Amino acid sequence: MSRKSSKSPADSTSKPSHFVFPSDYAKMREVQDQIMAAVHANGYDNDDLFAIKLCVEEGLINAIKHGNKLDAGKSVHVKFSVTPERFEITIRDEGAGFHRQAVPDPTDPANWEKPSGRGLLLMEAYMNEIEYAAEGRQIRMMKLKTR
Amino acid sequence: MSTGTPPISVTDLKGARVVNFTDSKILDEANIKNIGDSIAALIDESPQPRILLDFTGVDHLSSAALGMLINANKRVKEKNGMLRLAHIKPQIYDVFVITKLNMLFKILPTRDAALDSFANTV
Repeated sequence: MSRKSSKSPADSTSKPSHFVFPSDYAKMREVQDQIMAAVHANGYDNDDLFAIKLCVEEGLINAIKHGNKLDAGKSVHVKFSVTPERFEITIRDEGAGFHRQAVPDPTDPANWEKPSGRGLLLMEAYMNEIEYAAEGRQIRMMKLKTR
Repeated sequence: MSTGTPPISVTDLKGARVVNFTDSKILDEANIKNIGDSIAALIDESPQPRILLDFTGVDHLSSAALGMLINANKRVKEKNGMLRLAHIKPQIYDVFVITKLNMLFKILPTRDAALDSFANTV
């Protein structure tokens, strides 16, 4: 895992931090822990922490599992920044991509008993902004601090 | 949670198997699979299982955990049993509401309410 330039997480004008890591859940946890430490250091409340933690988890797992198909030879690229006002993260995988519209609506009663397919819905519910790019290989999410 | 610690603890109360989660976070795939396997084994032990999943102490879960719970629910229904979820903290309950899974699962505010609901269901 490589980490490029960033200032201290507690710095309110921190430049984005970058991570590149193989499609491995243990490596993912290390990155996630660093991200959440930075968010926590910027004074987000419990509800915001919950939302950001959930969305980062879902985004990273999607990149590893659905994007890179658990291929350790494929990497996940993460860029995030956090200030006392906003959190933003971009996650990119090296997979084949997907079309958001092609993902079935998990809130449709016909899909309630399907065991997967809820990650995108949750990210879209909790984040203030969400944007898909690179034919679905990249997701950008932003959350403003609630109070 | 240390390696080797069972992912759930089980007690018997009022004819139901009450499951508590030993980790506050139901997150990574390995842990979710362990929990799912443990619950499946519990369901298989009874011809008509009554299972209560007590979420006391659980402060985080992922969508993969929801999938595990859905599979458990299906398994219980196939055996004409009953599954209840109880004591889910508001932040996690919101996840069930957003995904509409509060309509699929029988969720009660407390363990006692959930235990009572087994008796009140025909």
